[in-house]
Amino acid sequence: MAGLMVSFTIHAEQFPVNLGTLLTEEEITRANITIYPDGQNLPNGQGSVLEGRKLYNDQCAFCHGESGTEGPAHRLAGSIGLFSIWDPLRIKRIMEVNGLLVMSTGQQWPYATTIFDFVRRAMPHPTAKSLSNNQVYAITGYILYLNDLVGEQDLIDKNNLPQIEMPAFKRFVHAQ
Amino acid sequence: MKRMQTAYIAGGGLVERRSLLLGGISFLAASSINQAVSASEGNKIIGDDFPAWSRTLGGGDSAYGQPSRYEHKVGRKLQLPAAPENSGTTGWLTPVQDMRGSITPNGLHFGSHHFGVPDIDPEKHELLIHGMVDRPLKFSVENLLRYSMISSIRFLECSGNTAINGLAPFSGDESCQDLYGLVSCAQWVGIRVADLLGEAGLKNGSAWVIAEGADSGSHSRSIPLAKLMDDSIIAFYQNGERLRAEQGYPMRLLLPGWEGNTNVKYLHRLEVTDRPAYTGHESGLYAEHLTNDKMEGFSFTMDVKSVITHPSAGQLLEEKGFMKFLVWHGQVTARYRKWKFRQMKEKPGRLRNCIFPLVTKHLPIFPFPGNGMENPQSS
Ligand code: HEC
Repeated sequence: MAGLMVSFTIHAEQFPVNLGTLLTEEEITRANITIYPDGQNLPNGQGSVLEGRKLYNDQCAFCHGESGTEGPAHRLAGSIGLFSIWDPLRIKRIMEVNGLLVMSTGQQWPYATTIFDFVRRAMPHPTAKSLSNNQVYAITGYILYLNDLVGEQDLIDKNNLPQIEMPAFKRFVHAQ
Repeated sequence: MKRMQTAYIAGGGLVERRSLLLGGISFLAASSINQAVSASEGNKIIGDDFPAWSRTLGGGDSAYGQPSRYEHKVGRKLQLPAAPENSGTTGWLTPVQDMRGSITPNGLHFGSHHFGVPDIDPEKHELLIHGMVDRPLKFSVENLLRYSMISSIRFLECSGNTAINGLAPFSGDESCQDLYGLVSCAQWVGIRVADLLGEAGLKNGSAWVIAEGADSGSHSRSIPLAKLMDDSIIAFYQNGERLRAEQGYPMRLLLPGWEGNTNVKYLHRLEVTDRPAYTGHESGLYAEHLTNDKMEGFSFTMDVKSVITHPSAGQLLEEKGFMKFLVWHGQVTARYRKWKFRQMKEKPGRLRNCIFPLVTKHLPIFPFPGNGMENPQSS
């Protein structure tokens, strides 16, 4: 018979190890890149939709498509019109495009601040975190422009980005 | 009934030991007559009766063991359609139809990657805890390995598992691996998140934690604090060895029963807050389209699923043999309780034959007898 192993766990409360060391304010500021829907933690700086267009065409379009709709990577603007799993045209729509091009950032994400957060931390592949804060504002503005949510002459900064109402805001519900 | 004893005799046959003993005397009397037979028996080389591997010394072992080369077909499989190679997005599917037992070997554990597999030097990696805490802290990996750890045998499932049938216009005639391969189960060993949050000291009003990885996408998810204080761990070991790079080396979150994407790999930062951040993944890819025009975010638990793993596409059930199936669930729902109750009432033997005891949130495998059946549909 296989040996029976009995182990005793000594819980942390009985034997605290406490090996964490205090973080400095500066260390926290450097690491904390989370942006919240109300704009908390958005950096200073600004970027224009027009600058954003140039940056986007140079660094993003070959994966996300010139208009943000054609892929091959995730769609950033518009949708093929799929809004519900019971949509009668669901099958036809899904058969026409690949899954990443059904919905888009602009149609699904409830807050515009998330675009800034995600692009700054994760894009562009494969050289993430290579854009300045001003450049990320500009590109965020251009993605919003591709979704008809801001004008061509607009400037984006930490004050107006949280004000933009995304189409998905009203559709987004919390589970539970 | 008396147990029969058998013994080998020259010539390879098997006889009952009792008849051999009783017949011993006549064996002796006949021995001189059978001298010719004995002579040829004396010259016999038993090697002729054994396969090659019983006649030559075996090969060497190696520092890190590998499966038998005859099992080379058992492997993970890249999920199709594969994203462009430079995208970092890949799904590696577990061959569930080839496995028996509840534990997925580390090399076969499914992988789901959005930003590739980073190569993290544990000596330069730190875990930060800050936000609504009394003492913002950082920890080296070396120090964390000195903490008290607990073991947790849990399944892990990508929330996209079986989505292929949900997205496809018609249900696909695919193998179990293709349809269900984004689920695995391991023994995870790590530090209770509650212990580390306790060390930092939670402030009044804290309700969420933004967990972030150290991969190129700094993958992040907002996790309700209650889950982290309940049964969640920061895992360092997977089935006894340190985590594989694909599984989040040097450490990952393990949130039992919750969609894989929330089990943040390469864990680097826990930011305690009073509200969720609406990160990219929780806003889009991991929010569900409901039957009305709503989208549901923060839907964390994996519900009950079951599937026949063997035989599945490409396999035949032998004329006599066992079918195997898996049942798993991320939360004990009324539906699951009803199912378990029905099984216990109607087929108690089936639960007894389960290869692993029914523990919440892991992967029990059930065998049940079948007779020559071909590719039954998964449920
Ligand atoms: C080499 C290809 C590539 C390039 C170049 C690229 N992306 Fe991406 N992008 C991707 C992939 C792949 C994903 C999906 C990542 C994931 O799975 O989370 C993505 C995701 C995104 C998303 C989130 C989509 C969603 O709805 O989930 C945004 C927004 C985005 N990229 C913006 C950009 C911007 C802005 C740039 C240029 C600065 C850029 N990308 C450059 C491949 C690329």
